[in-house]
Amino acid sequence: MRIAGKGLVDHGTPVRFSFDGRQLEGFQGDTLASALLANDVKLVARSFKYHRPRGIMGAGSEESSALVTIGSGATQDPNVRATVQEIYDGLAAHSQNCWPSLNYDLLSVNDLFAPFLGAGFYYKTFMWPKVFWEKLYEPVIRRSAGIGALSGKANAEYYEKAFAFCDLLVIGAGPAGLMAALTAGRAGADVILCDEDSLLGGRLNGETFEVGGMAGSDWAAETVRELESLPNVRVMPRTSVTGAYDQGTYGALERVSHHVAAREGRPLECFWRIVAKRAVLAAGAIERPVAFPNNDRPGIMTASAVRTYLNRYGVAPGQRVTIFANNDDAHRTARDLVDAGVHVAAVIDSRAEAPEGAGYEVIKGAEVCGSEGRKGLEAVSYRRADGSVDKVQTDCLAMSGGWNPTVHLTCHMNGRPNWHGGIHSFVPVPGAIPGLEAVGACNGAFSTHRAFVEGAEAALRALGDLGVKAKKSVVPESEDSPYRIEPLWAVAGKGRAWLDFQNDVTVKDVQGAAQENFRSVEHMKRYTTQGMAPDQGKNSNVAALAVLADATGRGIEETGTTTFRPPFVPVAIAAFGAGGQGTGFAPQRHTTSHAESVRRGAPMIEAGLWYRPSYFPATGERTWRQSCDREVNMVRGTVGVCDVSTLGKIDIQGKDAGQFLDFVYANTFSTLKPGKVRYGLMLREDGFVMDDGTTARIAEDHFVMTTTTAAAGQVMRHLEYVHQCLCPDLDVAMISVTEQWAQFAVAGPKSRDLLNGIVAEEIDNESFPFMGCGPATIGGVAGRLFRISFSGEHAYEIAVPARYGESLFKLLLERAEAMGGGAYGMEALNVLRIEKGFITHAEIHGRVTADDIGMGRLVSAKKDCIGKTMSERPGLSGEEREQLVGLMPVGVVKQITAGAHLFEPGAEPVRSNAQGYVTSVCFSPTLETSLGLAFLRNGRARHGEEITMVDHLRGVTTRCKVCDPVFLDPEGGRVRG
Amino acid sequence: MVELVAKSPCGGRLPVEHGASRLSEVAMTRLTSLQPKQGQEKALSQALKSAHGMVFPAPNRATGKEGARAIWIGKGQAMLVGPEPDAGLAAHAAMTDQSDAWAMVRLEGAAAENVLARLVPVDLRQTVFKRGHSVRTMLQHMSVSITRISDEAFFILAFRSMAGTLVHDLETAMKGVAARR
Repeated sequence: MRIAGKGLVDHGTPVRFSFDGRQLEGFQGDTLASALLANDVKLVARSFKYHRPRGIMGAGSEESSALVTIGSGATQDPNVRATVQEIYDGLAAHSQNCWPSLNYDLLSVNDLFAPFLGAGFYYKTFMWPKVFWEKLYEPVIRRSAGIGALSGKANAEYYEKAFAFCDLLVIGAGPAGLMAALTAGRAGADVILCDEDSLLGGRLNGETFEVGGMAGSDWAAETVRELESLPNVRVMPRTSVTGAYDQGTYGALERVSHHVAAREGRPLECFWRIVAKRAVLAAGAIERPVAFPNNDRPGIMTASAVRTYLNRYGVAPGQRVTIFANNDDAHRTARDLVDAGVHVAAVIDSRAEAPEGAGYEVIKGAEVCGSEGRKGLEAVSYRRADGSVDKVQTDCLAMSGGWNPTVHLTCHMNGRPNWHGGIHSFVPVPGAIPGLEAVGACNGAFSTHRAFVEGAEAALRALGDLGVKAKKSVVPESEDSPYRIEPLWAVAGKGRAWLDFQNDVTVKDVQGAAQENFRSVEHMKRYTTQGMAPDQGKNSNVAALAVLADATGRGIEETGTTTFRPPFVPVAIAAFGAGGQGTGFAPQRHTTSHAESVRRGAPMIEAGLWYRPSYFPATGERTWRQSCDREVNMVRGTVGVCDVSTLGKIDIQGKDAGQFLDFVYANTFSTLKPGKVRYGLMLREDGFVMDDGTTARIAEDHFVMTTTTAAAGQVMRHLEYVHQCLCPDLDVAMISVTEQWAQFAVAGPKSRDLLNGIVAEEIDNESFPFMGCGPATIGGVAGRLFRISFSGEHAYEIAVPARYGESLFKLLLERAEAMGGGAYGMEALNVLRIEKGFITHAEIHGRVTADDIGMGRLVSAKKDCIGKTMSERPGLSGEEREQLVGLMPVGVVKQITAGAHLFEPGAEPVRSNAQGYVTSVCFSPTLETSLGLAFLRNGRARHGEEITMVDHLRGVTTRCKVCDPVFLDPEGGRVRG
Repeated sequence: MVELVAKSPCGGRLPVEHGASRLSEVAMTRLTSLQPKQGQEKALSQALKSAHGMVFPAPNRATGKEGARAIWIGKGQAMLVGPEPDAGLAAHAAMTDQSDAWAMVRLEGAAAENVLARLVPVDLRQTVFKRGHSVRTMLQHMSVSITRISDEAFFILAFRSMAGTLVHDLETAMKGVAARR
């Protein structure tokens, strides 16, 4: 029920929204919860397990009951707390966990079986037969229990992440936080002030306190205006600090546009990583419910929430309100209601010495022991000290069991809070988060005056630590009432008394845990699932462990508490990983020929972060094999062009460069003549093969090393390590030039003819013999030419500065096509190299030695190198090893598959009989057969033998002949042209 | 006679402007990596000073000015941006032409700092990261070099092959920041 003219909402701006399809109206400034209460909608949700009717319990982000789903389709957002969601025109909210409707939920039948469904029931009951748990019981249980659901569709909404840095981070903008921010802001420090709420001020907006002679809410608004005017202060409303991490790093979730209909390009949420030199935690406190029988009906809420709805939103949650409390603070609710003209049925105070009422009756020494009304509260019964029970008609019960300081962030680095006997609550341990100080209510200081004082003092201490001079703030005049409380956790009586409203955990469940000897608070938590719902026990932890302490005959302090972990509020994974959806997962590396390759219809495949053309389909080709075969034949017959820029290129200079290369390569490079290229093999420190490639000597003290595409980063890192750590005395400098050069393989019998048409220098066998290199000028551009071959053909690689890459690629293709050649892709490149038995990382996969691939003699005997000694260990060479061989099919089945295993003919194809495995396969159009490269035990001595290939995965068995891995032109006549 | 056409890394994707930030490609110029030879650090710095007017930059710093800068890019490495390197430097340093290896962009405007705060996990506030300060860091997922060249302008170097992602990531952040106004 709305009270005309009351509250901080904009009564002049109505907002239309819907709940379960019903059109409703609220005001600008309302949350969904306040707007529903204003429309007298009390039943908002169904509970997790028993499908009990639930209403609105609180008014903050800790809300335990009023969880709803916002929107529909791919963007539907489940488990939104109605107390946090601001309304906007067109907002569509839906209740969840009910069928067919919130009012008639068939699964509320679960509630009737409640006596059987207590904690531990499932574990004990559905034990047998074992396989039924996963297949039958769990799915059924999961379907009937639960809260909101995701849509199951990809959600393309825009999320953002951001980084921020400051001197002082102030968490919470209640009186303590505002005072801390004001003190530091006025001193000129860089301040970030975060608050979960849309309206800053904390309790000042929910109470009727005066601050410095004006309404508390006015003081808050004025202070916020001053803070916003300071250039060194960043005020962040709707921002929950979610976690405290090492070195002053905090996570924070900003709800950027959940509260508007039109986002206009704004992200939905932004996840901040804030690094602060100091932090002030002013997170306030959460009022705790009392566990009395049937304390979960819609209409039962916390006393402070009732005040918030009344004072901030101008909404009376009931027409006849009853208050149930164990402390003085809750009496404010009665006073505020009476002042606003709302009938207060009674204040039921568990203390015999409770204060008198002013305009309302106080029933002292009494406890509420029951409630009535299925979908909304109708009456509560209470028991007086003498044991007599009475009933009072009421449609709203405002309860308070006292306040729990919001200590959560102080526990994020494994700190456990201390029990404070004076306020019957846990308080933070100073220093639990280095650089963070808790102040105000979250530090157990419950008066407004104390909050101001602690906020100001903490800010001064932080500024002092940072060497910032500051004036002491004048603390405005405000209330300083003492916190009077007598503990009351649970009221005895018939019926279930709820502790954890979100996970449907009752007092009886906790007592049951103790009875079954789950006496540790950690065991109790797991046994009952108390504290494991989205609110993470914010509302229930302290009461639950108080009940456990009672049941186990220990004190609360001795019982201790479970810890709190990040995040403080639920955070969408999309916010954590903002920017990483789809192709945002990793940067894309494009070669200079990318656009032209795509234009020619080449499917692009990923090679690390690079994109490379798989093949270039010609008119009429319907399968990749047709294109691949044509491209292979083209290279073998005329000329082909392929972009090889993705290979790692490292510029190595210095007078000791040759010596350095001798150390990192297994073979020798110091003897290489300028103008020559040599193949090199690199070992890891453990003696296994790391990478291979060619290195050219450009000048006496200048080399250019190439690596494989995949290992470019690894090799660069390795070289840096070797130089910095193993031989810092060598005068050598290295730097990547992968990106500087666009490099193209020009391969085939007509490659030289093609190049002679575009390169200024005359290319012949004398100027550019096989494994020669030198400068080459193309249209006036200084490039480099290497006569190397990965295809076994007479071939070159030509490099130009990357800006000319696209242009050169087009030119090469134009010339090649005129000669009957053209572009070839990765598929053809792979076939060409398999035909020649050249290895890639399919072969040098990390478990093979130089000897395994037949390059044992490449490890120079004349010098030391990285990995040499380790490669000489027994068992790393010789006939016990699986050695590189070629395979050709000899039987009816012609298929060879990568990953298949090799067996002696006739041997049972089981693991213990395995003789080796296949690493690379292709169909060779040149030899018109399938080919495979494989590792076979003692393979080099077994050329000519027959072996059986078995692919257990694909169900293929092929008889193969073992042969030399070089299938084509073993003498190498073709490369020498 | 053949002719090769040069294409800049961001080729036509820039400039773009969103709200109070503007992203433009810096015209291709000469980039030379300088790595001092053993024991030649001081001599190189002096030679650099007399040839091009700036000293060899300390870690996380850039020296020189518009048209001729030296930017620290790693341990014992600086990038000379702008001038054709003086031949005399070769006596003191390993020099490598990097003119085509990097995409160079300039992000400027009142919102530039806020845009980078969406992508870069480093404190780039004016009070901390002043003109002439430089850092090798991550921009979203890619390795970059960022230098503040004026109160409201940053010079960013990223791998040429990643220019597309660079522009995409920066523009997404620019739009997000602009939309908040």
